[in-house]
Amino acid sequence: MRTTTTPLQRIWEFFVEKLIFLSGFTAIIFVVLLFLFLLKEGLAVFKTVSPQEFIAGKSWYPISKPPQFGILPLILGSLAVTIGAAAIAVPFGVASAVYIAEVAPPRLKEYLKVGIELIAAIPSVVIGFIGMVALAPIVANVFDLPTGLTALSASLMLALMAMPTTVSIAEDAISGVPREYKEAALALGATHWQAIYRVILRAAAPGILAAVMLGIGRVIGETMAVMMITGNSAQIPHTLLQPVRTLTATIAAEMGETMRGSPHYTALFAIGIVLFLITFIVNFTADLFLRRAEARR
Amino acid sequence: MNAQRSEKLTFALLLAATIIVVLPVLVIIGIVIKNGVGAITWEFISTAPRDGMRAGGILPAIVGTFCLMIGAMLFAVPLGVFSAIYLNEYAGDNLLTRLIRLAIINLAGVPSVVYGLFGLGVFVMFFKFGTSILAGAMTLSIMNLPVIITASREALSNVPQSFREVSLSLGATRWQTIRHVVLPNALPGILTGIILEVGRAGGETAPILFTVAAFSLPFLPHSVFDQCMALPTHLYAISTQVPNIGLDVRYATAMVLLAVVLIVNFFSIMLRMRLRRRRQW
Repeated sequence: MRTTTTPLQRIWEFFVEKLIFLSGFTAIIFVVLLFLFLLKEGLAVFKTVSPQEFIAGKSWYPISKPPQFGILPLILGSLAVTIGAAAIAVPFGVASAVYIAEVAPPRLKEYLKVGIELIAAIPSVVIGFIGMVALAPIVANVFDLPTGLTALSASLMLALMAMPTTVSIAEDAISGVPREYKEAALALGATHWQAIYRVILRAAAPGILAAVMLGIGRVIGETMAVMMITGNSAQIPHTLLQPVRTLTATIAAEMGETMRGSPHYTALFAIGIVLFLITFIVNFTADLFLRRAEARR
Repeated sequence: MNAQRSEKLTFALLLAATIIVVLPVLVIIGIVIKNGVGAITWEFISTAPRDGMRAGGILPAIVGTFCLMIGAMLFAVPLGVFSAIYLNEYAGDNLLTRLIRLAIINLAGVPSVVYGLFGLGVFVMFFKFGTSILAGAMTLSIMNLPVIITASREALSNVPQSFREVSLSLGATRWQTIRHVVLPNALPGILTGIILEVGRAGGETAPILFTVAAFSLPFLPHSVFDQCMALPTHLYAISTQVPNIGLDVRYATAMVLLAVVLIVNFFSIMLRMRLRRRRQW
Protein backbone atom coordinates (compact mmCIF):
# COMPACT_ATOMS: atom_id res chain seq x y z
CA MET A 1 0.00 0.00 0.00
CA ARG A 2 1.27 3.43 -0.95
CA THR A 3 1.14 5.95 1.81
CA THR A 4 2.43 9.09 0.08
CA THR A 5 0.05 11.01 -2.14
CA THR A 6 0.91 12.78 -5.38
CA PRO A 7 -1.20 15.73 -6.61
CA LEU A 8 -2.75 13.47 -9.25
CA GLN A 9 -3.82 11.02 -6.60
CA ARG A 10 -5.31 13.83 -4.58
CA ILE A 11 -7.39 14.99 -7.54
CA TRP A 12 -8.48 11.41 -8.21
CA GLU A 13 -9.42 11.02 -4.58
CA PHE A 14 -11.41 14.25 -4.67
CA PHE A 15 -13.52 12.96 -7.55
CA VAL A 16 -14.01 9.52 -6.08
CA GLU A 17 -15.21 11.00 -2.80
CA LYS A 18 -17.61 13.32 -4.61
CA LEU A 19 -18.95 10.29 -6.48
CA ILE A 20 -19.41 8.46 -3.19
CA PHE A 21 -21.32 11.40 -1.70
CA LEU A 22 -23.56 11.52 -4.76
CA SER A 23 -24.21 7.79 -4.64
CA GLY A 24 -25.18 8.13 -1.00
CA PHE A 25 -28.27 10.02 -2.02
CA THR A 26 -29.45 7.69 -4.78
CA ALA A 27 -31.98 5.98 -2.53
CA ILE A 28 -33.64 9.29 -1.68
CA ILE A 29 -33.50 10.43 -5.30
CA PHE A 30 -35.17 7.26 -6.55
CA VAL A 31 -37.92 7.28 -3.93
CA VAL A 32 -38.75 10.89 -4.75
CA LEU A 33 -38.55 10.27 -8.52
CA LEU A 34 -40.72 7.19 -8.19
CA PHE A 35 -43.42 9.02 -6.28
CA LEU A 36 -43.32 12.12 -8.51
CA PHE A 37 -43.59 10.01 -11.63
CA LEU A 38 -46.55 8.07 -10.28
CA LEU A 39 -48.21 11.39 -9.38
CA LYS A 40 -47.45 12.91 -12.77
CA GLU A 41 -48.98 10.04 -14.70
CA GLY A 42 -51.65 9.03 -12.19
CA LEU A 43 -53.27 12.23 -10.93
CA ALA A 44 -54.75 12.91 -14.37
CA VAL A 45 -57.30 10.21 -13.64
CA PHE A 46 -59.16 12.71 -11.49
CA LYS A 47 -60.12 14.58 -14.64
CA THR A 48 -62.32 11.54 -15.38
CA VAL A 49 -63.48 10.49 -11.90
CA SER A 50 -63.63 12.22 -8.54
CA PRO A 51 -61.27 10.93 -5.84
CA GLN A 52 -64.28 9.64 -3.94
CA GLU A 53 -65.64 7.71 -6.91
CA PHE A 54 -62.16 6.30 -7.50
CA ILE A 55 -61.58 5.01 -3.97
CA ALA A 56 -65.13 4.05 -3.03
CA GLY A 57 -66.61 3.23 -6.46
CA LYS A 58 -67.95 -0.30 -6.58
CA SER A 59 -67.37 -1.03 -10.25
CA TRP A 60 -64.12 -1.47 -12.12
CA TYR A 61 -65.10 -1.58 -15.81
CA PRO A 62 -62.19 0.21 -17.45
CA ILE A 63 -63.09 -0.60 -21.05
CA SER A 64 -66.87 -0.24 -21.01
CA LYS A 65 -68.40 2.98 -22.33
CA PRO A 66 -68.36 5.12 -20.31
CA PRO A 67 -65.54 3.47 -18.35
CA GLN A 68 -65.94 3.04 -14.59
CA PHE A 69 -62.87 3.33 -12.40
CA GLY A 70 -64.00 2.35 -8.92
CA ILE A 71 -61.21 0.49 -7.15
CA LEU A 72 -63.14 -0.60 -4.06
CA PRO A 73 -63.46 -4.22 -5.33
CA LEU A 74 -59.71 -4.26 -5.94
CA ILE A 75 -58.91 -2.84 -2.52
CA LEU A 76 -61.19 -5.42 -0.91
CA GLY A 77 -59.65 -8.14 -3.08
CA SER A 78 -56.18 -7.18 -1.85
CA LEU A 79 -57.52 -7.01 1.69
CA ALA A 80 -59.13 -10.46 1.46
CA VAL A 81 -55.98 -12.26 0.30
CA THR A 82 -53.87 -10.27 2.77
CA ILE A 83 -56.06 -11.14 5.75
CA GLY A 84 -56.18 -14.77 4.64
CA ALA A 85 -52.41 -14.91 4.23
CA ALA A 86 -51.74 -13.12 7.52
CA ALA A 87 -54.07 -15.49 9.42
CA ILE A 88 -51.82 -18.34 8.33
CA ALA A 89 -48.45 -16.63 8.19
CA VAL A 90 -48.49 -14.89 11.57
CA PRO A 91 -48.98 -17.90 13.89
CA PHE A 92 -46.79 -20.23 11.83
CA GLY A 93 -44.14 -17.59 11.17
CA VAL A 94 -43.80 -16.55 14.82
CA ALA A 95 -43.82 -20.18 15.98
CA SER A 96 -41.01 -21.02 13.53
CA ALA A 97 -39.05 -17.96 14.60
CA VAL A 98 -39.31 -19.02 18.26
CA TYR A 99 -38.28 -22.56 17.41
CA ILE A 100 -35.32 -21.48 15.27
CA ALA A 101 -34.10 -18.81 17.69
CA GLU A 102 -34.60 -20.61 21.00
CA VAL A 103 -35.15 -24.33 20.66
CA ALA A 104 -33.48 -25.79 17.58
CA PRO A 105 -30.04 -27.39 18.01
CA PRO A 106 -27.32 -25.39 16.16
CA ARG A 107 -27.03 -27.75 13.20
CA LEU A 108 -30.76 -28.02 12.58
CA LYS A 109 -30.98 -24.26 12.98
CA GLU A 110 -28.62 -23.74 10.03
CA TYR A 111 -30.62 -26.11 7.81
CA LEU A 112 -33.92 -24.51 8.76
CA LYS A 113 -32.57 -21.04 8.00
CA VAL A 114 -31.37 -22.16 4.57
CA GLY A 115 -34.80 -23.72 4.01
CA ILE A 116 -36.54 -20.46 4.88
CA GLU A 117 -34.20 -18.53 2.56
CA LEU A 118 -34.96 -20.99 -0.20
CA ILE A 119 -38.59 -19.86 -0.11
CA ALA A 120 -37.46 -16.31 -0.86
CA ALA A 121 -35.41 -17.57 -3.80
CA ILE A 122 -38.33 -19.14 -5.65
CA PRO A 123 -39.62 -16.67 -8.27
CA SER A 124 -43.19 -15.58 -7.68
CA VAL A 125 -44.18 -16.63 -11.19
CA VAL A 126 -43.17 -20.21 -10.31
CA ILE A 127 -45.23 -20.04 -7.11
CA GLY A 128 -48.11 -18.71 -9.18
CA PHE A 129 -47.71 -21.50 -11.71
CA ILE A 130 -47.67 -24.21 -9.05
CA GLY A 131 -50.66 -22.57 -7.35
CA MET A 132 -52.51 -22.68 -10.64
CA VAL A 133 -51.78 -26.22 -11.74
CA ALA A 134 -51.23 -28.04 -8.44
CA LEU A 135 -52.94 -26.19 -5.57
CA ALA A 136 -56.08 -24.79 -7.21
CA PRO A 137 -57.46 -28.22 -8.26
CA ILE A 138 -57.01 -29.44 -4.68
CA VAL A 139 -58.83 -26.40 -3.27
CA ALA A 140 -61.64 -26.85 -5.81
CA ASN A 141 -61.94 -30.48 -4.80
CA VAL A 142 -61.89 -30.00 -1.04
CA PHE A 143 -64.47 -27.22 -1.00
CA ASP A 144 -66.43 -28.54 -3.99
CA LEU A 145 -66.04 -25.35 -6.04
CA PRO A 146 -66.32 -24.82 -9.80
CA THR A 147 -62.81 -23.30 -9.77
CA GLY A 148 -59.97 -23.42 -7.31
CA LEU A 149 -58.67 -20.03 -8.44
CA THR A 150 -59.88 -18.23 -5.34
CA ALA A 151 -58.77 -15.83 -2.64
CA LEU A 152 -58.10 -18.84 -0.40
CA SER A 153 -55.63 -20.47 -2.82
CA ALA A 154 -53.83 -17.16 -3.20
CA SER A 155 -53.77 -16.68 0.59
CA LEU A 156 -52.13 -20.07 1.07
CA MET A 157 -49.36 -19.31 -1.43
CA LEU A 158 -48.93 -15.75 -0.16
CA ALA A 159 -48.60 -16.99 3.40
CA LEU A 160 -45.67 -19.06 2.18
CA MET A 161 -44.15 -16.03 0.44
CA ALA A 162 -44.45 -13.91 3.59
CA MET A 163 -42.45 -16.46 5.60
CA PRO A 164 -38.87 -15.47 4.73
CA THR A 165 -39.46 -11.87 5.81
CA THR A 166 -41.56 -12.66 8.86
CA VAL A 167 -39.46 -15.53 10.20
CA SER A 168 -36.04 -13.95 9.70
CA ILE A 169 -36.94 -10.58 11.24
CA ALA A 170 -38.87 -12.14 14.13
CA GLU A 171 -35.96 -14.49 14.72
CA ASP A 172 -33.55 -11.54 14.83
CA ALA A 173 -35.84 -9.83 17.35
CA ILE A 174 -35.97 -12.92 19.58
CA SER A 175 -32.22 -13.59 19.35
CA GLY A 176 -31.59 -9.93 20.17
CA VAL A 177 -33.23 -10.09 23.59
CA PRO A 178 -30.45 -9.64 26.16
CA ARG A 179 -29.22 -12.90 27.57
CA GLU A 180 -29.61 -11.71 31.15
CA TYR A 181 -33.40 -11.61 30.79
CA LYS A 182 -33.52 -15.29 30.04
CA GLU A 183 -30.91 -16.18 32.64
CA ALA A 184 -32.78 -14.26 35.32
CA ALA A 185 -36.01 -16.06 34.47
CA LEU A 186 -34.29 -19.45 34.51
CA ALA A 187 -32.56 -18.63 37.79
CA LEU A 188 -35.94 -17.89 39.33
CA GLY A 189 -36.99 -21.44 38.49
CA ALA A 190 -38.88 -20.90 35.25
CA THR A 191 -38.73 -23.63 32.62
CA HIS A 192 -37.24 -22.72 29.24
CA TRP A 193 -40.72 -22.39 27.74
CA GLN A 194 -41.92 -20.23 30.61
CA ALA A 195 -38.91 -17.99 30.07
CA ILE A 196 -39.69 -17.76 26.36
CA TYR A 197 -43.37 -17.11 26.82
CA ARG A 198 -43.31 -14.78 29.82
CA VAL A 199 -40.05 -12.91 29.26
CA ILE A 200 -38.40 -13.28 25.87
CA LEU A 201 -41.51 -12.93 23.69
CA ARG A 202 -42.58 -9.87 25.64
CA ALA A 203 -39.20 -8.22 25.32
CA ALA A 204 -39.10 -9.03 21.60
CA ALA A 205 -42.68 -7.88 20.94
CA PRO A 206 -41.90 -4.67 18.98
CA GLY A 207 -39.52 -6.55 16.69
CA ILE A 208 -42.03 -9.35 16.16
CA LEU A 209 -44.72 -6.79 15.35
CA ALA A 210 -42.38 -5.23 12.79
CA ALA A 211 -41.73 -8.69 11.32
CA VAL A 212 -45.45 -9.28 10.95
CA MET A 213 -45.99 -5.89 9.32
CA LEU A 214 -43.14 -6.34 6.86
CA GLY A 215 -44.50 -9.78 5.95
CA ILE A 216 -47.90 -8.21 5.32
CA GLY A 217 -46.26 -5.47 3.25
CA ARG A 218 -44.72 -8.18 1.11
CA VAL A 219 -48.13 -9.84 0.65
CA ILE A 220 -49.87 -6.60 -0.37
CA GLY A 221 -47.23 -5.93 -3.01
CA GLU A 222 -47.06 -9.43 -4.43
CA THR A 223 -48.12 -9.41 -8.06
CA MET A 224 -47.45 -12.45 -10.25
CA ALA A 225 -48.58 -15.16 -7.87
CA VAL A 226 -51.87 -13.41 -7.08
CA MET A 227 -52.45 -12.61 -10.72
CA MET A 228 -52.19 -16.29 -11.61
CA ILE A 229 -54.04 -17.77 -8.62
CA THR A 230 -56.86 -15.38 -7.60
CA GLY A 231 -58.99 -15.94 -10.70
CA ASN A 232 -58.89 -12.19 -11.47
CA SER A 233 -62.51 -11.27 -11.15
CA ALA A 234 -63.06 -7.69 -10.05
CA GLN A 235 -66.00 -8.25 -7.73
CA ILE A 236 -66.47 -7.40 -4.08
CA PRO A 237 -65.61 -10.62 -2.24
CA HIS A 238 -67.92 -12.10 0.38
CA THR A 239 -65.96 -15.22 1.23
CA LEU A 240 -62.42 -16.40 0.69
CA LEU A 241 -63.75 -19.12 -1.60
CA GLN A 242 -64.46 -16.63 -4.36
CA PRO A 243 -62.26 -15.39 -7.19
CA VAL A 244 -60.99 -11.88 -6.47
CA ARG A 245 -58.69 -9.39 -8.10
CA THR A 246 -56.02 -7.39 -6.32
CA LEU A 247 -54.63 -3.89 -6.89
CA THR A 248 -51.28 -5.25 -8.07
CA ALA A 249 -52.74 -7.84 -10.45
CA THR A 250 -54.95 -5.20 -12.07
CA ILE A 251 -51.94 -3.09 -13.02
CA ALA A 252 -49.96 -6.05 -14.31
CA ALA A 253 -52.84 -7.56 -16.26
CA GLU A 254 -54.14 -4.40 -17.89
CA MET A 255 -51.15 -2.14 -18.47
CA GLY A 256 -50.20 -3.96 -21.66
CA GLU A 257 -53.50 -3.08 -23.34
CA THR A 258 -53.74 0.62 -22.55
CA MET A 259 -52.88 3.64 -24.64
CA ARG A 260 -50.49 6.12 -23.12
CA GLY A 261 -52.37 9.03 -21.53
CA SER A 262 -55.80 7.39 -21.82
CA PRO A 263 -58.02 7.46 -18.70
CA HIS A 264 -57.40 3.74 -18.25
CA TYR A 265 -53.62 4.27 -18.31
CA THR A 266 -53.81 7.07 -15.76
CA ALA A 267 -56.15 5.01 -13.58
CA LEU A 268 -53.56 2.22 -13.42
CA PHE A 269 -50.88 4.71 -12.38
CA ALA A 270 -53.31 6.04 -9.76
CA ILE A 271 -53.58 2.48 -8.40
CA GLY A 272 -49.77 2.56 -8.31
CA ILE A 273 -49.99 5.69 -6.11
CA VAL A 274 -52.39 3.89 -3.76
CA LEU A 275 -50.04 0.89 -3.53
CA PHE A 276 -47.02 3.11 -2.98
CA LEU A 277 -48.76 4.92 -0.11
CA ILE A 278 -49.97 1.69 1.52
CA THR A 279 -46.54 0.06 1.44
CA PHE A 280 -44.89 3.31 2.55
CA ILE A 281 -47.11 3.45 5.64
CA VAL A 282 -46.59 -0.24 6.41
CA ASN A 283 -42.80 -0.03 6.09
CA PHE A 284 -42.55 3.25 7.93
CA THR A 285 -44.55 1.90 10.89
CA ALA A 286 -42.56 -1.33 10.91
CA ASP A 287 -39.37 0.69 11.00
CA LEU A 288 -40.66 2.69 13.98
CA PHE A 289 -41.21 -0.57 15.85
CA LEU A 290 -37.76 -1.82 14.90
CA ARG A 291 -36.14 1.38 16.15
CA ARG A 292 -38.06 1.08 19.39
CA ALA A 293 -36.84 -2.49 19.72
CA GLU A 294 -33.27 -1.31 19.13
CA ALA A 295 -33.57 1.53 21.62
CA ARG A 296 -34.74 -0.85 24.32
CA ARG A 297 -31.53 -2.82 24.23
CA MET B 1 -49.85 -31.45 33.41
CA ASN B 2 -46.62 -30.24 34.94
CA ALA B 3 -44.42 -27.53 33.52
CA GLN B 4 -41.79 -29.87 32.07
CA ARG B 5 -44.31 -31.94 30.17
CA SER B 6 -46.19 -28.98 28.80
CA GLU B 7 -42.84 -27.56 27.69
CA LYS B 8 -42.04 -30.73 25.78
CA LEU B 9 -45.44 -30.63 24.11
CA THR B 10 -45.08 -26.96 23.18
CA PHE B 11 -41.65 -27.48 21.68
CA ALA B 12 -43.00 -30.39 19.64
CA LEU B 13 -45.77 -28.12 18.34
CA LEU B 14 -43.25 -25.39 17.48
CA LEU B 15 -41.17 -27.93 15.57
CA ALA B 16 -44.30 -29.08 13.71
CA ALA B 17 -45.09 -25.47 12.76
CA THR B 18 -41.54 -24.96 11.49
CA ILE B 19 -41.74 -28.09 9.39
CA ILE B 20 -45.06 -26.92 7.92
CA VAL B 21 -43.33 -23.65 6.97
CA VAL B 22 -40.26 -25.22 5.34
CA LEU B 23 -41.81 -28.32 3.78
CA PRO B 24 -43.90 -26.64 1.02
CA VAL B 25 -40.81 -25.20 -0.62
CA LEU B 26 -39.31 -28.67 -0.96
CA VAL B 27 -42.64 -29.98 -2.25
CA ILE B 28 -42.77 -27.20 -4.86
CA ILE B 29 -39.24 -27.90 -6.05
CA GLY B 30 -40.02 -31.62 -6.09
CA ILE B 31 -43.22 -31.18 -8.15
CA VAL B 32 -41.45 -28.96 -10.68
CA ILE B 33 -38.56 -31.39 -11.14
CA LYS B 34 -40.75 -34.51 -11.27
CA ASN B 35 -43.08 -33.10 -13.93
CA GLY B 36 -40.57 -31.06 -15.86
CA VAL B 37 -37.51 -33.20 -16.19
CA GLY B 38 -39.07 -35.41 -18.88
CA ALA B 39 -39.50 -32.52 -21.32
CA ILE B 40 -35.99 -31.19 -20.92
CA THR B 41 -34.00 -32.11 -24.00
CA TRP B 42 -31.01 -30.55 -25.69
CA GLU B 43 -33.38 -29.13 -28.28
CA PHE B 44 -35.50 -27.53 -25.54
CA ILE B 45 -32.64 -25.48 -24.12
CA SER B 46 -30.78 -24.80 -27.35
CA THR B 47 -33.37 -23.74 -29.91
CA ALA B 48 -35.95 -20.99 -30.35
CA PRO B 49 -39.69 -21.56 -29.97
CA ARG B 50 -41.73 -22.56 -33.05
CA ASP B 51 -45.44 -22.84 -33.90
CA GLY B 52 -46.61 -20.09 -31.54
CA MET B 53 -44.43 -21.45 -28.70
CA ARG B 54 -45.97 -24.93 -28.88
CA ALA B 55 -42.81 -26.52 -30.26
CA GLY B 56 -39.10 -25.89 -30.19
CA GLY B 57 -37.18 -24.61 -27.21
CA ILE B 58 -36.64 -21.65 -24.95
CA LEU B 59 -33.11 -20.52 -25.81
CA PRO B 60 -34.04 -16.84 -26.43
CA ALA B 61 -35.69 -16.70 -23.01
CA ILE B 62 -32.61 -18.15 -21.30
CA VAL B 63 -30.31 -15.71 -23.11
CA GLY B 64 -32.67 -12.83 -22.35
CA THR B 65 -32.74 -13.65 -18.64
CA PHE B 66 -28.92 -13.73 -18.49
CA CYS B 67 -28.73 -10.38 -20.32
CA LEU B 68 -31.15 -8.84 -17.81
CA MET B 69 -29.29 -10.24 -14.80
CA ILE B 70 -25.95 -8.90 -16.04
CA GLY B 71 -27.44 -5.59 -17.17
CA ALA B 72 -29.18 -4.99 -13.85
CA MET B 73 -25.95 -5.59 -11.94
CA LEU B 74 -23.93 -3.23 -14.19
CA PHE B 75 -26.03 -0.36 -12.84
CA ALA B 76 -26.95 -1.56 -9.38
CA VAL B 77 -23.57 -2.80 -8.11
CA PRO B 78 -21.43 0.36 -8.45
CA LEU B 79 -24.28 2.58 -7.28
CA GLY B 80 -25.20 0.31 -4.38
CA VAL B 81 -21.66 -0.30 -3.15
CA PHE B 82 -20.72 3.39 -3.38
CA SER B 83 -23.89 4.30 -1.56
CA ALA B 84 -23.04 1.80 1.18
CA ILE B 85 -19.50 3.24 1.44
CA TYR B 86 -20.99 6.68 1.93
CA LEU B 87 -23.39 5.49 4.61
CA ASN B 88 -20.86 3.43 6.53
CA GLU B 89 -17.61 5.34 6.08
CA TYR B 90 -18.56 8.99 5.59
CA ALA B 91 -22.05 9.75 6.86
CA GLY B 92 -22.60 10.89 10.43
CA ASP B 93 -25.62 10.04 12.51
CA ASN B 94 -27.85 12.93 11.50
CA LEU B 95 -31.24 13.68 9.99
CA LEU B 96 -29.96 13.19 6.44
CA THR B 97 -28.64 9.71 7.20
CA ARG B 98 -31.92 8.81 8.80
CA LEU B 99 -33.78 10.04 5.72
CA ILE B 100 -31.55 7.90 3.48
CA ARG B 101 -32.23 4.92 5.71
CA LEU B 102 -35.95 5.56 5.48
CA ALA B 103 -35.71 5.85 1.70
CA ILE B 104 -33.88 2.53 1.47
CA ILE B 105 -36.50 0.79 3.62
CA ASN B 106 -39.25 2.30 1.53
CA LEU B 107 -37.60 1.33 -1.78
CA ALA B 108 -37.27 -2.24 -0.51
CA GLY B 109 -41.00 -2.33 0.20
CA VAL B 110 -42.31 -0.89 -3.07
CA PRO B 111 -44.29 -3.59 -4.92
CA SER B 112 -42.51 -4.99 -7.94
CA VAL B 113 -45.33 -4.02 -10.28
CA VAL B 114 -44.96 -0.38 -9.21
CA TYR B 115 -41.31 -0.60 -10.31
CA GLY B 116 -42.73 -1.86 -13.57
CA LEU B 117 -44.87 1.30 -13.86
CA PHE B 118 -41.88 3.46 -13.02
CA GLY B 119 -39.72 1.71 -15.60
CA LEU B 120 -42.43 2.12 -18.21
CA GLY B 121 -42.87 5.82 -17.43
CA VAL B 122 -39.21 6.76 -17.05
CA PHE B 123 -37.04 4.46 -19.13
CA VAL B 124 -39.39 3.25 -21.87
CA MET B 125 -41.16 6.56 -22.49
CA PHE B 126 -39.34 9.50 -20.92
CA PHE B 127 -35.83 8.46 -21.96
CA LYS B 128 -37.27 6.80 -25.09
CA PHE B 129 -35.37 3.53 -24.66
CA GLY B 130 -38.50 1.74 -25.89
CA THR B 131 -39.35 -1.70 -24.55
CA SER B 132 -35.79 -2.97 -24.47
CA ILE B 133 -33.20 -4.84 -22.47
CA LEU B 134 -31.79 -1.50 -21.37
CA ALA B 135 -35.11 -0.27 -19.95
CA GLY B 136 -35.71 -3.58 -18.17
CA ALA B 137 -32.21 -3.82 -16.74
CA MET B 138 -32.43 -0.26 -15.40
CA THR B 139 -35.81 -1.00 -13.81
CA LEU B 140 -34.49 -4.18 -12.19
CA SER B 141 -31.37 -2.40 -10.98
CA ILE B 142 -33.36 0.21 -9.05
CA MET B 143 -35.35 -2.59 -7.51
CA ASN B 144 -32.16 -4.41 -6.50
CA LEU B 145 -30.53 -1.32 -5.08
CA PRO B 146 -31.90 -1.38 -1.51
CA VAL B 147 -30.77 -4.95 -0.81
CA ILE B 148 -27.32 -4.35 -2.31
CA ILE B 149 -26.90 -1.20 -0.21
CA THR B 150 -28.06 -2.91 2.97
CA ALA B 151 -25.92 -6.03 2.48
CA SER B 152 -22.81 -4.03 1.49
CA ARG B 153 -23.25 -1.69 4.42
CA GLU B 154 -23.45 -4.59 6.79
CA ALA B 155 -20.33 -6.15 5.28
CA LEU B 156 -18.47 -2.84 5.63
CA SER B 157 -19.57 -2.33 9.22
CA ASN B 158 -18.31 -5.82 10.08
CA VAL B 159 -14.74 -4.78 9.27
CA PRO B 160 -13.21 -3.96 12.65
CA GLN B 161 -12.58 -0.28 13.40
CA SER B 162 -8.97 -1.09 14.36
CA PHE B 163 -8.19 -2.01 10.73
CA ARG B 164 -9.08 1.54 9.69
CA GLU B 165 -7.17 3.08 12.57
CA VAL B 166 -4.00 1.20 11.70
CA SER B 167 -4.20 2.22 8.06
CA LEU B 168 -4.89 5.87 8.89
CA SER B 169 -2.09 5.97 11.44
CA LEU B 170 0.32 4.78 8.74
CA GLY B 171 -0.51 7.93 6.81
CA ALA B 172 -3.01 6.56 4.35
CA THR B 173 -5.83 8.87 3.35
CA ARG B 174 -9.44 8.03 3.98
CA TRP B 175 -10.07 6.80 0.44
CA GLN B 176 -6.83 4.79 0.40
CA THR B 177 -7.93 3.14 3.63
CA ILE B 178 -11.30 2.26 2.15
CA ARG B 179 -9.83 1.09 -1.14
CA HIS B 180 -6.95 -1.03 0.22
CA VAL B 181 -8.11 -2.10 3.68
CA VAL B 182 -11.86 -1.89 4.19
CA LEU B 183 -13.15 -2.99 0.77
CA PRO B 184 -10.95 -6.11 0.41
CA ASN B 185 -12.04 -7.29 3.85
CA ALA B 186 -15.70 -6.58 3.16
CA LEU B 187 -15.66 -8.03 -0.35
CA PRO B 188 -16.99 -11.54 0.39
CA GLY B 189 -19.90 -10.11 2.36
CA ILE B 190 -20.68 -7.63 -0.40
CA LEU B 191 -20.52 -10.39 -3.00
CA THR B 192 -22.98 -12.50 -1.02
CA GLY B 193 -25.55 -9.71 -1.20
CA ILE B 194 -24.89 -9.07 -4.87
CA ILE B 195 -25.24 -12.71 -5.91
CA LEU B 196 -28.49 -12.97 -3.99
CA GLU B 197 -29.84 -10.06 -6.01
CA VAL B 198 -28.62 -11.56 -9.30
CA GLY B 199 -30.93 -14.47 -8.57
CA ARG B 200 -33.78 -12.16 -7.73
CA ALA B 201 -33.26 -10.15 -10.93
CA GLY B 202 -33.45 -13.39 -12.91
CA GLY B 203 -36.74 -14.44 -11.35
CA GLU B 204 -38.68 -11.18 -11.33
CA THR B 205 -41.60 -10.89 -13.70
CA ALA B 206 -43.71 -7.84 -12.97
CA PRO B 207 -40.98 -5.18 -13.46
CA ILE B 208 -40.10 -6.49 -16.91
CA LEU B 209 -43.63 -7.20 -18.07
CA PHE B 210 -44.02 -3.80 -19.73
CA THR B 211 -40.38 -2.77 -20.02
CA VAL B 212 -38.62 -5.59 -21.91
CA ALA B 213 -40.88 -8.42 -22.57
CA ALA B 214 -41.38 -9.68 -26.01
CA PHE B 215 -44.19 -12.19 -26.00
CA SER B 216 -42.50 -14.50 -28.46
CA LEU B 217 -39.35 -13.60 -30.30
CA PRO B 218 -37.72 -16.51 -32.03
CA PHE B 219 -34.30 -14.93 -32.31
CA LEU B 220 -31.64 -13.65 -29.95
CA PRO B 221 -31.22 -9.96 -29.03
CA HIS B 222 -28.45 -8.06 -30.85
CA SER B 223 -28.27 -4.82 -28.88
CA VAL B 224 -29.44 -3.40 -25.57
CA PHE B 225 -32.19 -1.56 -27.43
CA ASP B 226 -33.74 -4.82 -28.59
CA GLN B 227 -36.70 -6.45 -26.95
CA CYS B 228 -36.05 -9.89 -25.62
CA MET B 229 -37.80 -12.86 -24.11
CA ALA B 230 -37.14 -13.82 -20.50
CA LEU B 231 -37.80 -17.02 -18.59
CA PRO B 232 -40.28 -15.63 -16.03
CA THR B 233 -42.37 -13.72 -18.55
CA HIS B 234 -42.26 -16.72 -20.87
CA LEU B 235 -43.57 -18.99 -18.12
CA TYR B 236 -46.32 -16.47 -17.40
CA ALA B 237 -47.24 -16.23 -21.09
CA ILE B 238 -47.42 -19.97 -21.74
CA SER B 239 -49.31 -20.55 -18.48
CA THR B 240 -52.03 -17.96 -18.92
CA GLN B 241 -52.02 -16.37 -22.37
CA VAL B 242 -51.47 -19.17 -24.86
CA PRO B 243 -53.95 -22.05 -24.81
CA ASN B 244 -53.07 -25.69 -25.48
CA ILE B 245 -49.48 -25.74 -24.38
CA GLY B 246 -48.48 -29.07 -22.95
CA LEU B 247 -48.26 -29.12 -19.17
CA ASP B 248 -44.84 -30.80 -19.39
CA VAL B 249 -43.47 -27.89 -21.46
CA ARG B 250 -44.68 -25.43 -18.85
CA TYR B 251 -43.18 -27.49 -16.05
CA ALA B 252 -39.91 -27.76 -17.96
CA THR B 253 -39.79 -23.97 -18.40
CA ALA B 254 -40.45 -23.53 -14.67
CA MET B 255 -37.69 -26.02 -13.97
CA VAL B 256 -35.12 -24.17 -16.08
CA LEU B 257 -36.05 -20.88 -14.40
CA LEU B 258 -35.86 -22.49 -10.97
CA ALA B 259 -32.50 -24.06 -11.83
CA VAL B 260 -31.01 -20.70 -12.90
CA VAL B 261 -32.23 -18.97 -9.75
CA LEU B 262 -31.32 -21.75 -7.33
CA ILE B 263 -27.82 -22.24 -8.75
CA VAL B 264 -27.14 -18.54 -8.28
CA ASN B 265 -28.49 -18.72 -4.73
CA PHE B 266 -26.43 -21.79 -3.99
CA PHE B 267 -23.25 -19.83 -4.79
CA SER B 268 -24.35 -17.09 -2.43
CA ILE B 269 -25.00 -19.51 0.42
CA MET B 270 -21.68 -21.33 -0.14
CA LEU B 271 -19.78 -18.06 -0.16
CA ARG B 272 -21.39 -16.99 3.08
CA MET B 273 -20.64 -20.29 4.81
CA ARG B 274 -16.99 -20.11 3.76
CA LEU B 275 -16.85 -16.54 4.92
CA ARG B 276 -18.26 -17.40 8.32
CA ARG B 277 -15.72 -20.16 8.81
CA ARG B 278 -12.77 -18.02 7.74
CA ARG B 279 -13.41 -14.91 9.73
CA GLN B 280 -11.34 -14.77 12.90
CA TRP B 281 -11.74 -11.23 14.15
